[in-house]
Amino acid sequence: MKIAVCVKQIPEGSSRIDPESKRLDRSGEGALNPFDANAVEEALRLRDAAGESEVVLVSMGPARAQDALRKALAMGADSAVLVSDEAAAGADLVATSYALSKALEREGADLILFGQQAGDSDGAVLWAAVADRLRLPVVSQAAGVTHENGKVTVKRQTEFGYDVIEAPLPAVVAVSDAINEPRYPSLKGIMGAKSKPQATVSLGDLGVEPERAGEQGSRTEVYALGDPPARGESKKIEDDGSAAQVILDFLAEKRLV
Amino acid sequence: MSTLVFLEHHGDELLKGSLGVVTKAATVAGGDIAGVVLGSDVRALAEGAGNFGAAKVYVADDPQLEAPLSQPRVDVLAQLIGDQGIDTVLFANSVLAADVAAGLAARLDAGLNWDLVDLTQENGKLVGKRPALQDSVYVDVGWTSEPRLALFRSGSFDPSETGGSAQIEDVEVVLEEFSTAARMVDQAHEESEGPSIEDAPVIVAGGRGLGGPENFTLVEQLAKALGGAVGATRAVVDAGWYPYATQVGQTGKTVSPKLYIACGISGAIQHKVGMQSSGVIVAINKDANAPIFEFADLGVVGDVHEVVPRLTELVKQRKGG
Ligand SMILES: Cc1cc2nc3c(=O)[nH]c(=O)nc-3n(C[C@H](O)[C@H](O)[C@H](O)COP(=O)(O)OP(=O)(O)OC[C@H]3O[C@@H](n4cnc5c(N)ncnc54)[C@H](O)[C@@H]3O)c2cc1C
Repeated sequence: MKIAVCVKQIPEGSSRIDPESKRLDRSGEGALNPFDANAVEEALRLRDAAGESEVVLVSMGPARAQDALRKALAMGADSAVLVSDEAAAGADLVATSYALSKALEREGADLILFGQQAGDSDGAVLWAAVADRLRLPVVSQAAGVTHENGKVTVKRQTEFGYDVIEAPLPAVVAVSDAINEPRYPSLKGIMGAKSKPQATVSLGDLGVEPERAGEQGSRTEVYALGDPPARGESKKIEDDGSAAQVILDFLAEKRLV
Repeated sequence: MSTLVFLEHHGDELLKGSLGVVTKAATVAGGDIAGVVLGSDVRALAEGAGNFGAAKVYVADDPQLEAPLSQPRVDVLAQLIGDQGIDTVLFANSVLAADVAAGLAARLDAGLNWDLVDLTQENGKLVGKRPALQDSVYVDVGWTSEPRLALFRSGSFDPSETGGSAQIEDVEVVLEEFSTAARMVDQAHEESEGPSIEDAPVIVAGGRGLGGPENFTLVEQLAKALGGAVGATRAVVDAGWYPYATQVGQTGKTVSPKLYIACGISGAIQHKVGMQSSGVIVAINKDANAPIFEFADLGVVGDVHEVVPRLTELVKQRKGG
């Protein structure tokens, strides 16, 4: 079985939006989107259970995003493909899902996994758009995935409780952050990652037309940045052993105890 | 403008979130608001949307639409939007609606703005308001082409009744093969086990920071001392630490107790939407940068294992226990 995992590099630590470009500032250190680690972990488990299988990472981002991919390779993924192109910058859902689906088409994976959301934009929509472009079944919010006889069975949580859904492979599945506990890369994994194949492809390599890429291929725009509504008075303290008393006094003052 | 609102239902009720979006759409876009209901045996419930401002409701009534799966809905909506020249499609966020909206964005190459908390018209242009970066920045977003797709954060708008009625129009259901490949094996039922937390005056909620299911006793004891109920995050419910009936957030309960104490909870947006209208919010988290501190009235940077039991003792003492 071939499993593709879509992953993304996001800015490390607290991020900011550049007031000029109104895009997320991606100049600092990059990290692997933490929600993607759950998808990588699930792919590794499914691979190891199925035998004779491989896990390929597929990503879109600046050339530096290879660093984040290396972290996922160190966890145990087998190879990585990064779609990296100046012309891809500023892509929204429409443009990103198109480029990513072109890259995934080349991989011909049996199962395509996503994490539950992007830690930077809080986007939780990409999988359904990619699945539509690839004309594959999709199931999201998976809290459990099993694979048997050419199909996956997914347990997902919705507003009403848990559904169980079955889909024949090839299929797209987005996993929740509670599905597993992602492993930490071992030292051996980290060393080994350096020699794993990491390809970089351009939009041209994938046959993505320039007018369908990046900002040009996007259908949404950002007009302005503003402040959030003012919040009421609040305070934050560091526990030095007296925090419980501070909370009690606060509750007493508010007549809550 | 020709606006369509995706009307989601569960059982024989239209969801409050969808109806809230109808109400919002009627105030922003004026009269021409239509809704669409997709499902099996849903004609009767479609009419209910008229009372919230929909002048017309399209009904796609087909056994193939019975299960709440997104892809068949994308097929029907794509056709309807094209046929009727609809320029704006609005969704109240849900697991189903997000996947429908995103699938539709790809199918129609249509811009999708998500997690919006407001929509206005400025100089003839639709502008959405989207909180970003843990709600620390509010971004004005728009669309460069039609149709425009918008997904609103849960609980953004309350429905209000207009006393109107809607004209019902049937829609043809033609589905792609790949859209019907996924199959519902077991659909969620209303889970009744576990206590109801919606009416509790105090909720003490636990998250992954508790470290394991056994540590929920810490939260239970504090809740008991305060005369309240126990809540949980999706992370711990999905992990099987605590029952789904106690989950607070987008896919759990929406609560507004007088007091909400969050223990070892990061404060993800999907959790926040279920408890942000609580009277007073206290958070205990060992990470000083946890998002929960952005909306807690009192934040304690500390270890739940130390602070929570001590607080329980103090509350008991005060109550003379
Ligand atoms: C479609 C969708 C719907 C969702 N619906 C919901 C929903 O209804 N409800 C919900 O809650 N979530 C929901 N989520 C999930 C949400 O995004 C978060 O993943 C979840 O809320 C995180 O739960 P948590 O805070 O328990 O865990 P984490 O995010 O892992 O946070 C644990 C926190 O505990 C702190 N901590 C660790 N150890 C300690 C200690 N010893 N003392 C003090 N603090 C400690 C950490 O600093 C951290 O901040 C949904 C997500 C999606 C995509």
